[in-house]
Amino acid sequence: MNDFVLSGAGTAFINVLFLVILFVVAIAIARLRSLFSIVMLSGVYSLVSAAWYILVDAVDVGFTEAAVGAGMSTAVLLGAMLLTARTAKPEKPLKRLGPLIVCIAAGIMLIYGTIDLPPLGDPNSPANAGVGLTYLQINWFDTGVPNVVTSVLASYRGFDTLGETAVVFTAGLAVALLLGFGERSLAETLKKAPKSDTRRKDGDAS
Amino acid sequence: MKSDHHMILRVIGKCLIPLILIYGFYVQFHGEVGPGGAFQAGVVLAVALILHALVFGLSQTMRAVPPWFTRSLAAIGVLIFSGVGVWAMLTGGLYLEYQALFGEPLGEHHGQHAGIIIIEIGVLCAVWGAMTTIFYALAGRVAEIRDEDW
Repeated sequence: MNDFVLSGAGTAFINVLFLVILFVVAIAIARLRSLFSIVMLSGVYSLVSAAWYILVDAVDVGFTEAAVGAGMSTAVLLGAMLLTARTAKPEKPLKRLGPLIVCIAAGIMLIYGTIDLPPLGDPNSPANAGVGLTYLQINWFDTGVPNVVTSVLASYRGFDTLGETAVVFTAGLAVALLLGFGERSLAETLKKAPKSDTRRKDGDAS
Repeated sequence: MKSDHHMILRVIGKCLIPLILIYGFYVQFHGEVGPGGAFQAGVVLAVALILHALVFGLSQTMRAVPPWFTRSLAAIGVLIFSGVGVWAMLTGGLYLEYQALFGEPLGEHHGQHAGIIIIEIGVLCAVWGAMTTIFYALAGRVAEIRDEDW
């Protein structure tokens, strides 16, 4: 019992620590002007929040955040950053007032919303008592897949996942249609430096 | 290519990229029993390609994995996923009803396993292809990443 209380306090302490780090990083992102630092710090933000998700037992969400937020979007933002200026323009303090008020109002509303939420891991909460419990009970007979997350994602809600896949595909298609497939720049690179590597032309033609 | 001062980066990258690729496939095929799945695996594989592009230059990566391949891969992934749905319809079930793939009674799981594995491969292809296409589209606008950009 004593151990349980101690570990609970320890987890709470680490929770608060992670949230404080997130807060500090968010403030730093808001105050910085150098886009490179902002991109890197947003990667840090994703990584810390991934660690925090794992702490609250959302392993799949944490994994996705680490892969997409810290890995993929940081790299894509770096690529996007190269297309624009390196620093953001400084704004007048008066202009920042509007976004600040919106942020504070949204934050207060979100905190107000969490008052009604059940505590973490409550077995009687609607998410755990309703359809979630049913999935846990019938999953093994229905699908024989040990990981309930996978069976819900791929089997019970397969149609949703098809939609998500189509969304990812459409996003890639839209970006490629707007910006081009990147082949033109490759061709220009090859034209500019044809003698540096002759083998490139074979690779390009195939 | 005179930029030999990136030597350490290149050597480390050469060691890391195969590990990242293997880890991506591990996440993919371990998705039934552990955390993660095809979405995460696709992103991890795309990140391996992006690391290659950042370290060795975009045109080298485009030679290894050409843009027409990545965009076809994305389309083929969605096709595989929806194809499983049509397969289930052809064998007399509803769209994406894996139980009907091999015409099994409830409680038998071969159809479920096969269906999930195939659609996860479809998701992997779609996410991998789409993410790499997005990166190519963004990074392909600048001819080469210069040293002062870092």
